[in-house]
Amino acid sequence: MASYETFDYDVLIIGAGGAGLRAAIEASTSDLKVGLVCKSLLGKAHTVMAEGGVAAALANVDERDSWRVHFADTMRGGQYLSNARMAELHAKESPDRVRELEAWGALFDRTQDGSILQRNFGGHQYPRLAHVGDRTGLEMIRALQDHGIHQGIEVHMENTITTLLKTGDRVSGAFGYEREKGRFKIFSAKAVVLATGGVGKAYKITSNSWEYTGDGHSLAYHAGAELIDMEFVQFHPTGMVWPPSVRGILVTEGVRGEGGILKNSEGNRFMFDDIPELYVNQTADNPEEGWLYTQGDREARRPPELLTRDHVARCIVREVHEGRGSPHGGVFLDIAWIKEKISNAPEHIRRKLPSMYHQFKELADIDITEEPMEVGPTTHYIMGGIRVDADSQMTCVPGLFAAGECAAGLHGANRLGGNSLSDLLVFGKRAGEYAAQFATENGNVPLEEGAIDEIAQHVLKPFDNPEDGDNPYEIQAQLQEKMQELVGIARSQESLTQALEEIQSLREKADNVHAIGNREYNAGWHTALDLDCLLTVSEAIALAALERRASIGAHSRDDFPEKEEPGAGKYNTILQKADDGTMAIRRESVPELTEEYQQIIEEIG
Amino acid sequence: MAKATFRIWRGDVNEAQFVDYETEVSEGMVVLDAVHRIQADQANDLAVRWNCKAGKCGSCSAEVNGNPKLMCMTRLNDLPLDQPVTVEPMRAFPIIKDLVTDVSWNFKVKEKMKPFTPRPPDAEDGTWRMEQEDIDHVQEFRKCIECFLCQDVCHVLREHDLHDEFIGPRFFVYAASLEMHPIDTENRLEELKDSDGIGYCNITKCCTKVCPEHITITDNAIIPLKERVVDQFYDPIKKLFRIFKG
Repeated sequence: MASYETFDYDVLIIGAGGAGLRAAIEASTSDLKVGLVCKSLLGKAHTVMAEGGVAAALANVDERDSWRVHFADTMRGGQYLSNARMAELHAKESPDRVRELEAWGALFDRTQDGSILQRNFGGHQYPRLAHVGDRTGLEMIRALQDHGIHQGIEVHMENTITTLLKTGDRVSGAFGYEREKGRFKIFSAKAVVLATGGVGKAYKITSNSWEYTGDGHSLAYHAGAELIDMEFVQFHPTGMVWPPSVRGILVTEGVRGEGGILKNSEGNRFMFDDIPELYVNQTADNPEEGWLYTQGDREARRPPELLTRDHVARCIVREVHEGRGSPHGGVFLDIAWIKEKISNAPEHIRRKLPSMYHQFKELADIDITEEPMEVGPTTHYIMGGIRVDADSQMTCVPGLFAAGECAAGLHGANRLGGNSLSDLLVFGKRAGEYAAQFATENGNVPLEEGAIDEIAQHVLKPFDNPEDGDNPYEIQAQLQEKMQELVGIARSQESLTQALEEIQSLREKADNVHAIGNREYNAGWHTALDLDCLLTVSEAIALAALERRASIGAHSRDDFPEKEEPGAGKYNTILQKADDGTMAIRRESVPELTEEYQQIIEEIG
Repeated sequence: MAKATFRIWRGDVNEAQFVDYETEVSEGMVVLDAVHRIQADQANDLAVRWNCKAGKCGSCSAEVNGNPKLMCMTRLNDLPLDQPVTVEPMRAFPIIKDLVTDVSWNFKVKEKMKPFTPRPPDAEDGTWRMEQEDIDHVQEFRKCIECFLCQDVCHVLREHDLHDEFIGPRFFVYAASLEMHPIDTENRLEELKDSDGIGYCNITKCCTKVCPEHITITDNAIIPLKERVVDQFYDPIKKLFRIFKG
């Protein structure tokens, strides 16, 4: 042990996006020693890319909004597979979490009377998203970062955790490396919070960065925690499709919130052609009503472009498959058309959607105030993840907590836009609070030293593998191709079975990838190590997708188009590592909704 | 498919040089795409920072053909590809490896600055009322993605190496976002004058020119801060004298 640099914390947070930062801030309000480890520099985590806004029933723009409506919207959006208690806590607490950001320096756009402005978004009944133009995530992460750096948190930037350490049943710390020199670090901790984000890098077309390799999911799984509903991967309907190098980069839902419409190559607004039963009453049946809704008309119903993301993505795929796509395999998203409605349209668009304007202007030579964008689905978010207790965010492993995208329960089968930024604030805070409490109530656990040398050896294996071993980038690319092709928007028993076989064979290759060079800031070595996590989450997604023989929310099976499997009822899929090291799957029925919850849902409609 | 040569800085503090890599280029590619392609095919251990690939996180700062740029927002069709494209790390910071520099100084500078300190809330629910027009200019400063290209190009840091006496354009923008925040109550002018070294800035506007977020750093942040420092610290009679003297 003497050969490793060791750090002792009461609470260790892994990940410094919104959830990790919020958890760290909360944990540091007690007199505890808090460590924060992140793969990138501080303030660069994926939260920075969130555009549209943070959902909170502040009721600043429409006083009819309340936590009850937000709760009902979230449950409906998740196809009633969400953990209702989490949906309740989330809806009740997100307004306070947003207000508190303002106390830490965040500056949201304002209403006429000077309070926080809110905008419309898919699946939300009232204008609910607090925002800053289309750079809300940047504002949030900066407010958390600038507040957090004064709270006595020790930050380890550009460090990657490869393994959680356990002592008996309890988590006791983590093992990782720092990028700069490739040196190992050991973190001992009484409680650990995972806030590592998502898994998008398992797919070829994604809005996610290199960091999104499912680290937290994989760390938790190997430590004995359960993963829940991993089949629900959100394909955001509007990613850029052209030019090829930017394929997958996100185009915010805010474009549609501001009046943007989707059209096929025949100029048809195809979203009017297919409105799901669950939403017929809430959806406009003509373009004029949809436009009025985006302009704040309280009597108007939302345009079909603002239906939930799973549905919009499927409709776009249908248009493309049936030959009505745009030249580069997407559909058209048009915001320029609003010049028919308002006089200063170009200026209005540039003000409301500044980063979209620049993104298309600079990367695609498209002026969105003049011409339509080409868009198509992109892997964006995973609803499934580490199973946690709704109140405390603790997993079934004592001392191990999870929050934000890597945790699961709030979003069910589909997440509403804006509910992620609020999720990470509400449950980041809770995870930090309960991890601190756990650390206070439970003493130190000694690290099991024997295991550490073995971990270190494993981490160095890519250097020791034969030089003719595969290139780690090549294996990563092959995995991404296969996941895109076989475990994407349309799935079947055949594609998923094949995917599991492919994953198995890639795992063997991954075990033998060779890293060239030395340990200093070596991206090839890091990519080789990330493969472990990517393969674990890929297997989890494919296995859960095979288990759910139905098409619901973000999960679509060509061979099982019905929403429910006859006689199966509503269930969650649960994955856990079996004693023999294989991935075991089982179903658990979704608990009956309490009377109170049921009443709210019926009342809101 | 066409090919182009990229002349990339490889090495660390001990030894480094340009290495030429030839790779295929296609429509719409940006410099970061080419670097990634080279990394995947020819130089697995090439060190480069990046995250969002959409100009939102400020990770992939470098000097492309000598100009401070975000690699993810620099299109190849804006560069002459008949000659090698040089890609090197930001020169105002110590190198770690290849295109990655040690920017930790920036984080330390920020930590030392007085944090946001709001006045008591305006409303009972703990919130404040602010007019949009009063926060427009602060929101401009808050667009900063902390790419540190402004720091890289600032001659006070780059040529004169005054890192101990001067916080650089990024942190004048940060200071301005706090000083002009409608509900902040702190006063940072003394530090700006003394330890932050705002006087060293002779408003050449190099920072404004390279800002990928198009923040008007010099005109909207630095000059107003300089004026505030003057107002607070210099005798009004002397000030009048200076005005008359022209």
